[in-house]
Amino acid sequence: MFVYSDNAATMPLSREAFEAMLPFLRDNFGNASSVYGVAREAARALHGAREDVARALGAKPEEIYFTGGGTESDNWALKGAAEARRARGRHIVTTAIEHHAVLHTAEYLGRQGCEITLLPVDERGLVSPEQVRDALRPDTALVSVMLANNEIGTIEPIREIAAVTRAHGALFHTDAVQAVGHIPVDVTELGVDLLSLAGHKFGGPKGVGALYIRKGVRLPPLLHGGGHERGLRSGTENVAGAVGLAAALTRAVQTLPETMALVAARRARVIDGLSRIPFSLLTGDPVRRLPGNISFVFEAVEGESLVLGLDMVGVCASSGSACSSGSLDPSHVLLAIGLPHEVAHGSLRLTISENNTEEEIDYLIEQVTNIVARSRRMSPLWNEETQSPTERFWPQGVPASL
Amino acid sequence: MYSEKVMDHFSNPRNVGELPDANAVGKVGNPKCGDIMKMMMRIENDVIADVKFKTFGCGAAVATSSMATELVKGRTVTEALALTNKAVAEALDGLPPVKMHCSVLAEEAIKSAISDYYLRQGIDPVPIVGCNVDCEHCH
Ligand SMILES: Cc1ncc(COP(=O)(O)O)c(C=O)c1O
Repeated sequence: MFVYSDNAATMPLSREAFEAMLPFLRDNFGNASSVYGVAREAARALHGAREDVARALGAKPEEIYFTGGGTESDNWALKGAAEARRARGRHIVTTAIEHHAVLHTAEYLGRQGCEITLLPVDERGLVSPEQVRDALRPDTALVSVMLANNEIGTIEPIREIAAVTRAHGALFHTDAVQAVGHIPVDVTELGVDLLSLAGHKFGGPKGVGALYIRKGVRLPPLLHGGGHERGLRSGTENVAGAVGLAAALTRAVQTLPETMALVAARRARVIDGLSRIPFSLLTGDPVRRLPGNISFVFEAVEGESLVLGLDMVGVCASSGSACSSGSLDPSHVLLAIGLPHEVAHGSLRLTISENNTEEEIDYLIEQVTNIVARSRRMSPLWNEETQSPTERFWPQGVPASL
Repeated sequence: MYSEKVMDHFSNPRNVGELPDANAVGKVGNPKCGDIMKMMMRIENDVIADVKFKTFGCGAAVATSSMATELVKGRTVTEALALTNKAVAEALDGLPPVKMHCSVLAEEAIKSAISDYYLRQGIDPVPIVGCNVDCEHCH
């Protein structure tokens, strides 16, 4: 059996996106800026895509700017806001669990003279509005907090955090790359100034995303040139990409309540099944959680070998262990929620979607259980006779659920 | 990213398990860094008659442990001490650069077990094996 359960990494192109893109890959090659028929058609399609994305997010079409993906949107939001608000101050607030697209951009801005406050999170990965309020200063230019975390699936209280930030007069950005198309996201309801999304995380094509910029918020251009995207992001538009992103998002939003219920029910089954593995711990918040996210740590095993072992039986998954990231430390998110290094190395993330059948769910539970057992039989940190770790690595005490 | 040989040794590790009658046991690595190798040998007349390993670590850590046991099994202690991490990596048709430290760990695990073999006989291993590689630091 082949089971794709790494949907947070990317998703297959949806049928709707594929069909919508085909004409612009095959017959209609027009440059949306030209004046003749084939180009006008491309311009119309681009306009339609912008309207669809705006509708899906509760925004106005002129507030949607197409970009080259989530990373680009995050870079633009942070660098742009820092520049736009330079006169007010150079203080930026963000969190310890952001995606590297935000964290590394913040670090870069730190080297350019900005002062960065990285907010810690609690053991479930949550940031509180009070923490944000306490971090705000007169010179705070921007607060950036992700809507949902890509590793542990925790959903942050963005509406409350945005309200606190904007009452103070600073700009608020949210990286909603993992949330859009998976949970309801309405920019007006959330009250955010800037929001990043990426097409391939909800069945659109790779390499295309969008930045929502609230009307009245002025960001400097990301790319100077021919004046595309209202002069802020020049470059001949990726019409097929934008159209595909819009079609995927429209479909995702139309079916959202049913999809969420279905995926969350299957997720509950996997979490229940994997919780039966001894010395396993669910990471993230059990309730405020993306519907498809299943993230665990298993004591006495290493995550990359779990991922490779699962690959041998046709299961695609990922891990935040050091070996998986090619660095010495396990993922910054797992460390930020307080996991000891030794335990964080044993992380495994499965992210399911509506495409995963009930049979696949059973197979996932069975195979993860087998592979963890196999790795433990090989592990010098595991006692096969007593079926327990030879050593525990919890200096702050073993969590109650373990 | 991994060669076929690495995947083969990861999927079907050779000589994995316990060795109750071992007379040479070495353990290297650090759980904080995400890899530990335990190497167990039964050495008879200076020949490694049997060898088993247990490894906590990534795919490359498992594969290098497995390959290292194959390379020293049936060899003399002197031959085993001459085994380099490069030789382990080459026998696996190479490792990604970020995984080369796993081959270093495999070489150290062999040396650590042989050090233990000498220590058990009251012989100072340092002049023979070199540093007894009980380094507590990350690679
Ligand atoms: C939370 C988050 N932000 C940003 C990104 C970057 O998106 P992209 O790879 O499409 O540029 C990702 C995707 O990995 C993500 O999960």
